[in-house]
Amino acid sequence: MICQECGKRPSTLHFTKIVNGEKTEFHICEVCAREKGDGIPGAPNSFSIHSLLSGILDFDAVTSKGLNSLKPQESLRCETCGMSYAQFSKIGRFGCSDCYDAFSERLDPLLKRIHGNTKHSGKIPKRSGLKVQCKRQIEQLRADLHRYIELEEFEKAATVRDEIRELERKMQQSS
Amino acid sequence: MTKHRFSSAAQSEWMREGPESDVVISSRIRLARNLQHQPFPLLATTAQSDEVLEQLSAVSDKGGLDELGTFSTILLKDLTELEKRVLVEKHLISPNLANESRAGAVVLSENEAISIMINEEDHLRIQCLHPGFQIREAWKIANEIDDCYEAAIEYAFDENKGYLTTCPTNVGSGLRASVMMHLPALVLTQQINRILSAVSQVGLTVRGLYGEGSEALGNLFQISNQITLGQSEEEIIDNLYGVAKQIIEHEKAARRKLMNESYRRLEDRIKRSYGILSHASIMDSKEAAQRLSDIRLGADLGILPQVSPRLYNELLVMTQPGFLQVRYEEKLSPDDRDVKRAELIREHLNTFEHGGASQ
Repeated sequence: MICQECGKRPSTLHFTKIVNGEKTEFHICEVCAREKGDGIPGAPNSFSIHSLLSGILDFDAVTSKGLNSLKPQESLRCETCGMSYAQFSKIGRFGCSDCYDAFSERLDPLLKRIHGNTKHSGKIPKRSGLKVQCKRQIEQLRADLHRYIELEEFEKAATVRDEIRELERKMQQSS
Repeated sequence: MTKHRFSSAAQSEWMREGPESDVVISSRIRLARNLQHQPFPLLATTAQSDEVLEQLSAVSDKGGLDELGTFSTILLKDLTELEKRVLVEKHLISPNLANESRAGAVVLSENEAISIMINEEDHLRIQCLHPGFQIREAWKIANEIDDCYEAAIEYAFDENKGYLTTCPTNVGSGLRASVMMHLPALVLTQQINRILSAVSQVGLTVRGLYGEGSEALGNLFQISNQITLGQSEEEIIDNLYGVAKQIIEHEKAARRKLMNESYRRLEDRIKRSYGILSHASIMDSKEAAQRLSDIRLGADLGILPQVSPRLYNELLVMTQPGFLQVRYEEKLSPDDRDVKRAELIREHLNTFEHGGASQ
């Protein structure tokens, strides 16, 4: 196959990009890849992850037809640091940790593309880890409490209530 | 300003020999962390960056890391451009910290195996660099350092998204594990592209010596994990470990093949490079990288018993532009650098040949 850039040299780099089912193929030679300075992973001037990212992030144009239910891009903004989704999709970086919340409705598809996953399964810091654990336990106990009250099993409900108080006290101490 | 020790000596912990160090030069772990309730460095005001610096440097200053060794904090603003460059060339800080950070600092362990960057792309970047194939050992230390910081400060952490980072490619574990591999035989036998493309299919990525976007000069390849979300730290490291192990085997098999099937050609190539390095008057960095790779291979295969792997690691760093300029204490034009580089390499190779007597 001949390089699609210069049309002279044989192409040695073959690169397929699939974004939202739209397939783009590149077949170019090493010289042109170097000249272009972008585009192909593994090429001498391998392009940076950020330039690739903004390609992925900016998929509104492609997906807008199917995702009308989402808020328009302009209105998505992080209250804490003021970064808008449009800015984020341009630079591929968040402004603060609250951006993750602010952009959460758009984030999962993006994270899925990058990591193939959307949920952390690794290390949990001990301190906030304890809180997360307590929080989960309390949620569970509250559900139990409601159930017992509905069933009018007030003695059991009282024990559960005490357990919740104990956990809440523990959480306050640790923070 | 006092001259820092790190810029005068080329030795760092990672340049020593370690397990499998005939193929794996070094193993690195990097953890990205951010403080709760502070904007990421990208958007932080100068005052906020100073605050982050104060909070984070207090941890090591107050002895929070004492169990792990002796540390010193170096503020980037106190360094000259050349000194920054040397730190980058020794892989102790990132180009990003050197050039773009505000209120940037690095906390360095005495043996330079641990470098903790403050106000890089993320507030905190913990890096452990071990010689040879010791990715698990490096992770163990990095994890301990992480615990030390976590005991003193509150991280930005979300139960679903994990450790929150500036770039969405690091979110989750914030872990980048990488091994620097010297793969001359796979390049010579033209198997490298096949192997590298296979590597990229299992969630790993390949880069050159100086990270993102750098060329794979001197047959050095840096292989690291791409995915940080949804895999535990152990899974990420096991995956990298397994793949690196296989590449080591392939490289060794290719070296045996070369030794058996084309020994003369290999010997000729290696000795030619040795001859050129020992006598050339001008040596640009690209040629130096290639020739040094040849003599390293020669050292590993016993063809050049007079060259030690450690000498190669040191020369690799010492022949970088920043290091050369610090050593000769002057700003050098690229042409002058090529002359000094040739001189430096000649001196070092000859020192070894004559049993340590300097010329």
